[in-house]
Amino acid sequence: MSSNHQRTGSHFQITERLVFEEGSPGRRGFDLPELDVPRKDVATVIDPSLLRDGIAGMPELSEVDVIRHFTRLSTWNYHIDLGLYPLGSCTMKYNPKINERVARLEGFALAHPYMPAELIQGALEVQKTLETCLAQISGTDAVSLQPAAGAHGELTGILMIRAYHQSKGNPRKKILVPDSAHGTNPASVTISGYVVENVPSDRRGMVDLEHLKKVVDQDVAAIMITNPNTLGVFERDIAEIAELMHSRGALVYMDGANLNAMMGITRPGDFGIDVLHINLHKTFTTPHGGGGPGAGPVAVKKILEPFLPYPTVGRQAGGNYFFDHDRPQSIGKMKAYNGQFGMHVRALCYILANGPEGLKEVSEVAVLNANYIRAKLKDAYAIPYDSPSLHEIVFSDRIQARKDVHSGDIAKRLIDYGFHPPTVSFPLIVPGALMVEPTETESKQEIDAFIEAMLAIAKEAEENPEIVKSAPHSTRIGRIDEASAARKPVLRWRPE
Amino acid sequence: MSPDELLYSKEHEWLRTGDGVIGITHHAQDELGEVVYVELPKVGDKFDSGDTFGTVESVKAVSELFMPVSGEVVAINEGLTDAPESVNQDPYGKGWMIRIKVRDTAETGQLMSAKAYDAYVAEKE
Repeated sequence: MSSNHQRTGSHFQITERLVFEEGSPGRRGFDLPELDVPRKDVATVIDPSLLRDGIAGMPELSEVDVIRHFTRLSTWNYHIDLGLYPLGSCTMKYNPKINERVARLEGFALAHPYMPAELIQGALEVQKTLETCLAQISGTDAVSLQPAAGAHGELTGILMIRAYHQSKGNPRKKILVPDSAHGTNPASVTISGYVVENVPSDRRGMVDLEHLKKVVDQDVAAIMITNPNTLGVFERDIAEIAELMHSRGALVYMDGANLNAMMGITRPGDFGIDVLHINLHKTFTTPHGGGGPGAGPVAVKKILEPFLPYPTVGRQAGGNYFFDHDRPQSIGKMKAYNGQFGMHVRALCYILANGPEGLKEVSEVAVLNANYIRAKLKDAYAIPYDSPSLHEIVFSDRIQARKDVHSGDIAKRLIDYGFHPPTVSFPLIVPGALMVEPTETESKQEIDAFIEAMLAIAKEAEENPEIVKSAPHSTRIGRIDEASAARKPVLRWRPE
Repeated sequence: MSPDELLYSKEHEWLRTGDGVIGITHHAQDELGEVVYVELPKVGDKFDSGDTFGTVESVKAVSELFMPVSGEVVAINEGLTDAPESVNQDPYGKGWMIRIKVRDTAETGQLMSAKAYDAYVAEKE
């Protein structure tokens, strides 16, 4: 590691066993007050056949044991509060702490979905305002906040497309999906009862328009397109594609996973999209994965509004908000209540804090950061498609593969340099793909450190490929045997 | 170099015309990386040329398997359940996938010779 300011050090890490292996009999983390009612044998109250003497393997721990256990585990973690997390397609941007502060306000945090509407007017106003903001940002007419994740939003959108065609008498049979799509796209199509038809990319890494003209017939219900696509490339023919689909009675679904590239610059609704989902946990800084539930609202044009999941948030003439269940053409409920409310609060907080100008700057800087990385690494790593990049850049391992160093090796070596690896092996149309998405929240210093690490690894791959091929070296557990882990997984811990 | 006695599809499956055995090519297993699971059809299933007859899952991705010609499945390689790595280690031997009764031998005309397939792979790279 050649950097003057070495990023990784050798701070100790405490090895930790499973919580089941800790503790000792009788240890407690609580102290109950003296019993002030007559003591009763539980077997006289509950059928003894339903009782057991103890719970096998249940750890007995004190408060300090528990706190230290989880604190130690947390030090093994790499997370967005620790450093750059360039996982392409995931938009791992920093999540501002003000979001958490606002989501914890009593009126939001303690609201119950069964409370009468008049007692949760503020919560409903948050949902309605977020719907309005998302419609404005995406250039659409109506939004449902129900879907609990991106793929759930896809399913919701495709079911609405089916309901739309059904209302015209024929649901049609096929949905076109480009070969660069997220894997969830064909899955959503299949679950909705449609057949997937693959659309190849051309040399630009964009949908092949000429091919498309030949395959759009009366059986095609829609195209499901990601824009910018998974190569980080803007589908330049998108307006023409939408026009073609519409002229043949088909609709256009956009996977909005990459919306972070275009806020305030262009709007899906303006280039012909009929329905898209928006990942609040990507573009709008709500937590990812283990940090909180996802949220994938669906935004639609007027023609699809009648089919939105119910209830929607309505507003009476007097100004009061209410849940509108009277939606005769709705596809039904997609989730209990009206989606992940806590995420709606955080996303709205982020949108209002930034405002229209701020969101535009978010997208501009996200694109600038990705292009800065592209420019700095273009000689060291191959770029399979030379179309201009937006918010992410896909490299391939073609140069390093000559020394038998592959994308997975490069990714693992990056861990030694103190970074979370980028996405590898996706999109599938790029062999040995390395997909880097820095997002806008990273400083130039942080990105420069990443670039320096990537350049150092390219040099190692050339001069000392073994060190890359056997990485990581600095982690608690070295290289794991991924194939055996998948072939013969051990899924359960058992006491020895 | 691919074995001369086999025919090849653009989707990287091979067919042995003598006994109707089908597998994936060395190039295909190399692109996939370490194979961890192979899903095969049932004996008696009938497919048209180009149909999906199964999936192969590697540490990198899940890919579909396509019929090089039409036919009925008469045997499947049960050994792949416990040893999917055979697909990597021996794609033209122990890593075979299914044996079919070819419906129409004329369809093999669409497939490539070893030489044509090697050229096809070289051009893609």
